[in-house]
Amino acid sequence: MFSQQAEREIDRLLARYPRKRSAIIPVLFIAQKERGYLSDDVLEYVAKRMGLTYLDVVTVVSFYTMFYRRPIGKYNIQLCNNVSCMLCGSEKIQEHIERKLGITFGQTTPDGRFTLTEVQCLGSCGTAPVMQVNFDYYENLTPENVDQILDSLP
Amino acid sequence: MERIISARFDIPNADQLDVYLEHGGYRALKKVLTEMTPEQVIEEVKKSALRGCGGAGFPTGMKWGFVPKDSPKPKYLVCNADESEPGTFKDRQIMEKDPHGLIEGILIGAYAIGAHLAFIYIRGEYWYLKEKLERVIDEARQGGYVGRNILGTGFDCDIIVHPGAGAYICGEETALLESLEGKRGYPRLKPPFPASVGLYGCPTVINNVETLAWVPHIILRGGEWFHRLGTEKSGGHRLYSLSGHVVRPGVYERPLGYPLKRLIYEDGGGIRDGKRLKAVVPGGASSPILTAEEAESATLDYEPLAALGTMMGSGAVIVMDEDTDIVRTTYSFIKFFAHESCGWCVPCREGTRWMVKIFERLLRGGGTERDLEMLVTLSDNMFGRTHCPLGDAAAWAVGPAVKKFRADFERYLTRRGAVAAD
Repeated sequence: MFSQQAEREIDRLLARYPRKRSAIIPVLFIAQKERGYLSDDVLEYVAKRMGLTYLDVVTVVSFYTMFYRRPIGKYNIQLCNNVSCMLCGSEKIQEHIERKLGITFGQTTPDGRFTLTEVQCLGSCGTAPVMQVNFDYYENLTPENVDQILDSLP
Repeated sequence: MERIISARFDIPNADQLDVYLEHGGYRALKKVLTEMTPEQVIEEVKKSALRGCGGAGFPTGMKWGFVPKDSPKPKYLVCNADESEPGTFKDRQIMEKDPHGLIEGILIGAYAIGAHLAFIYIRGEYWYLKEKLERVIDEARQGGYVGRNILGTGFDCDIIVHPGAGAYICGEETALLESLEGKRGYPRLKPPFPASVGLYGCPTVINNVETLAWVPHIILRGGEWFHRLGTEKSGGHRLYSLSGHVVRPGVYERPLGYPLKRLIYEDGGGIRDGKRLKAVVPGGASSPILTAEEAESATLDYEPLAALGTMMGSGAVIVMDEDTDIVRTTYSFIKFFAHESCGWCVPCREGTRWMVKIFERLLRGGGTERDLEMLVTLSDNMFGRTHCPLGDAAAWAVGPAVKKFRADFERYLTRRGAVAAD
């Protein structure tokens, strides 16, 4: 179902832990990287691959916010709005991004390029406000550098 | 003051094995494996009065001592790198700048409790650090510090870096174990404690990143030396995460018992734009808020902060200036706890959501005096009625804020009056 490299990586993970089931989170990350999101058929496949039931897998997926059950934008802009970021102006950044992209939290631009997500503390409170675009951190945000960051994404 | 745990933070490339070795790296591991019994290691850590730096502050040596020596089951050490307590960003510094220091601490801890497999459970958002730690472990393995027959002493220990996937609750140690077993991160009922029944039902110790990173220093310079750096009940220094309205936010290594005021004004450079202090959250989102007056005399230590009705927590100090709206900051905290409640215990699941609704009503201008009473009542009734500390933390984020900053909350009530008059 996945690329050869991904399948090999899954094999490696399943052999790595004292109990196979422990590998479920890293395996799901691989699946999500391959497919962009975790559809039912992907979960069925992961379950079979791990010797689990579909239910075992789907209940894990639904617990964790970093797994997506629906397609999302190419770039997931994850903006922290927790207190340290808020004190340093994250709400202004939020308004700026919302105006710039014409979407609010939980929405994706019609061209499928950006999704805007409100996230909890990312551990960058000393360099607030912060956002993650997919897995990359961007700190000390201002409306100006947010423009730069978003405009320069490939 | 001599910097210890952060001493290597400023050394270029200290995250590389050769540089780490040049600066005293893996000497403590060698000492432990060649000169000390596991019991002696535990004894030294007990003498140090090192307390868990993740939030609960449990004495580390005692925790290690709880692991049964005669158990035929494998034992595990788990490093808790799920750093997600709002305001906290210190563990990230250690993993970024001195990762071998953490690996060395993990290996010493594993030796002390008799574990041959250790895990680093790292929050999924720190993906770049997960990859970094994997590279660092490979490097250490090639150097003979990780894996089989470490330093030729016959001690085996491997380390797996395991990602979380975005759930604050997995920082709670038993929820972390559930997650590591490949399940939803629901906290377990205690007892039994993980030291006897932990990962896969086997004896397990879970320690925070910073806690483990202190261990090599304690081994090299002695438990008594470390103890003397701090206070009577809590040894050593801590990494404080300073954020909010200060001139110089950042991670500061300072002793236990350090005056909060000095951290804010001397280290942090005071309040931004010459403003006055209004409030401080001293130990992450889970610790009750202090007024400026209370902050005046507060010292960063477990018992003195407990006497002020708050706690040391993860050492995350969030500073708020005179213009801060405590209703909005408290709303942010309660939204966080409502989002992160795992839903298992009714008082937490329902209480946090109920509080969110009340805050939204207040902020819209439709709040009443009764809403403020209800926030306090909910807080009182959630506290102590959930089986992990998340419910307590949520209660503590709200109740004391309403009581101490009532004027902020009442502004929203009068605003409603103004709206009605319009």
